[in-house]
Amino acid sequence: MSRTSRDERRTERAIAVALVLSAATALGLAVVYATGGQVQLEGLLLGGSLASMGWALCAWGKHLLPAGPFVQQRHHPAEADPEQEPVSRLVDEATGEVSTLPGGGADTDGLDAVGRRPFLVKLLMGAAGALGLAALFPIRSLGPEPGRTLFRTSWRAGSRLVTEEGRLVRAGELEVGSVLTVFPEGHIGEADAQTLLIRATEDDLRTRPGRENWAPGGQVAYSKVCTHAGCPVGLYQVATRELLCPCHQSLFDVIDGARPVFGPATRSLPQLALDVDDEGYLIARGDYDEAIGPGFWERP
Amino acid sequence: MIKRTNRWFDERLGVSGFVRTALNKVFPDHWSFMLGEIALYSFLLLLLTGIYLTFFFQPSLKEVVYDGAYAPLRGVEMSQAYESTLRLSYEVRAGMVMRQMHHWAAIIFLAAIVVHVGRVFFTGAFRRPRELNWVVGCGLLVLAMANGFAGYSLPDDQLSGTGLRIAYSIALSIPLAGTWVAFLLFGGEFPAESIISRLFVIHVLLLPLVILGLLGAHMAILWRQKHTQFRGHGKTEDNVVGSRLWPSYALKSVGFFFLVSAVVALLGGLAQVNPIWLYGPFRAADVSAASQPDWYVGWLDGALRLFPGWEIRAFGHTIPAVFFPGVLLPTVSFGLLFGWPFVEARFTKENDRDHHLLDRPRERPVRTGIGTGVITFYVVLFFAAATDVLATVFDVSVTGLLVAFRAVLLGLPPLVAYVTYRLCKEANALPDEEVEAPVVVRTPTGAYVTGDGHHTGHGGNGGNGGARADGVDEGDGVAPPPRPDVH
Repeated sequence: MSRTSRDERRTERAIAVALVLSAATALGLAVVYATGGQVQLEGLLLGGSLASMGWALCAWGKHLLPAGPFVQQRHHPAEADPEQEPVSRLVDEATGEVSTLPGGGADTDGLDAVGRRPFLVKLLMGAAGALGLAALFPIRSLGPEPGRTLFRTSWRAGSRLVTEEGRLVRAGELEVGSVLTVFPEGHIGEADAQTLLIRATEDDLRTRPGRENWAPGGQVAYSKVCTHAGCPVGLYQVATRELLCPCHQSLFDVIDGARPVFGPATRSLPQLALDVDDEGYLIARGDYDEAIGPGFWERP
Repeated sequence: MIKRTNRWFDERLGVSGFVRTALNKVFPDHWSFMLGEIALYSFLLLLLTGIYLTFFFQPSLKEVVYDGAYAPLRGVEMSQAYESTLRLSYEVRAGMVMRQMHHWAAIIFLAAIVVHVGRVFFTGAFRRPRELNWVVGCGLLVLAMANGFAGYSLPDDQLSGTGLRIAYSIALSIPLAGTWVAFLLFGGEFPAESIISRLFVIHVLLLPLVILGLLGAHMAILWRQKHTQFRGHGKTEDNVVGSRLWPSYALKSVGFFFLVSAVVALLGGLAQVNPIWLYGPFRAADVSAASQPDWYVGWLDGALRLFPGWEIRAFGHTIPAVFFPGVLLPTVSFGLLFGWPFVEARFTKENDRDHHLLDRPRERPVRTGIGTGVITFYVVLFFAAATDVLATVFDVSVTGLLVAFRAVLLGLPPLVAYVTYRLCKEANALPDEEVEAPVVVRTPTGAYVTGDGHHTGHGGNGGNGGARADGVDEGDGVAPPPRPDVH
């Protein structure tokens, strides 16, 4: 009696150590991932965590739980009633005598036997939780850190405006009332850099304070990305001088700083400050001074 | 020969007992119980046609110059995803019909699920003990929608690219985590390089596996709990009256699979769907008017249009306008849908026992009223997704239309709910004699007598189309004695 219980306690301690080890190596794995990852260490720690967990469960099952042997009758396929699963019984190894399990069945009995060691159960949950947590870390690999990405586009001070076909845009070439999609030179087709160049007459434009030099000769440029859900604000209605987003019908007043006048959008389209370089080409004075496109949490 | 084969297998597997009970399992007959079958069969068709499509589709955004059979796009730069979709449509023999069948099957899959959910809702089939299967079924609806969206985004055409852009903005709008969610989901800033290959894995592997698993659970629970039935002669809470799985139900069901397939094949061959060659390859700076998603996403698009521009900016942070219609509305919608059985049980206090006999919608004026009101809400949102098209067709201003839609969205659902409620009440107040028509019975001696309804299967309160629709009295009009389900 005392001998078995001493053995049992030793096994329990070993299992506890293994579970703690499993949890610790799992957390170590998470740390290795978070600090940049290292393949050999990742293998070692993951292997260590899984092996300790595996050993703990096997030892628990082999040494601490009723192991039988139990005997179960085979049913002969042709005549057996499928509803009647044969009950397992306990065999006495010495005498070969077969007895029904106390308490009627093995199922509830087995659960109780596991639950009899609440400390180990807690450790097991902890180790499984640590492994699960470590397994979540690689999700981080799915994408780069957002950082300031959403606040920047490829527009720089001096970026020359080019059309979708790559043609440079001369100041004054656009007639009053027409519109052109432009990109910074070298970045044609970039989703966040797409910009609408519109020619209005200088007198019409209601210039906002601080933007006095942004629209040379009535050539005004706005981000083409709708501030609502990000569709290109593709339709220019010449008569009303309004930009319409075809996705959700937000309407922006070109004359008044692309202010939203109708629909679900709430923010004006950001304006790109323009200038004319020495050769007479339109250039940007710099990147947009705010994040373009739809809102997001980090946007002030 | 067959007998010997059967015996050989039975001696080794011993499943004849189980098979016998399975084949004898009774399924109640009612046309509305086939709606779920339509969904199941269109899913099978999606698997079959989808596997074929994977042999030809290339989920890559690598730019190539088109040089294929569709002349108007020759020389145009496009992604391999778009190019391979064109090729499998125009150059792979049977490719076009497979692709269009796939798309039509998806449309029908979603439609069948939605109508099936409606049937289960209005007949109270979700009540105890079937709350669990309701939840599994709602999960299937969400997954089917997600997979449909992932699927039609794959060809990288202008229309679906616009849809992805909006989806990106919706992900971005989640408070706190939105930027990270969008970056991890797409792999960077829109349009991230890896999005099509990711969507491909999600569409052909991840979601179909989960759908298959849930579908298995859905059917297993149905099998275990047995099907509900409408009230009628001989039908009680303790039995199932209908036809046996073998041979009648199985044959009808397999036949029905062929009929569903036939409809999908006819549509796939005769009705053009998602002609991506007309939309052109995706360019971030391009957009076309009348950009509408597949029908089952329409309500979300409509909500994005109708919801007022409320953007909350405070403490250096933004809760974008699309958060409310794009994240909050679907969350609340599906939350209520998933939770309905539990919400209703709190009020009716009927969860103290199992329910196997179905309600007729009119017997539950409140539930039916809420149901029709909610459906009206989403139908209005659906039509709101077409404001631009409606404005063009009827030559009215988009502005006026939007205001009108907002009014209808708020006003119509309560009205419909109330009218439904009143109609149900009125219908319940009608005397029952009206539906209990006298039944004429021919006696063995050849005389005709007016039956009391007991011998003819036209008993009960005679609703739900009478016993004939229940399939109890196929043939000569005299019902066989109800067979208890033996499983």
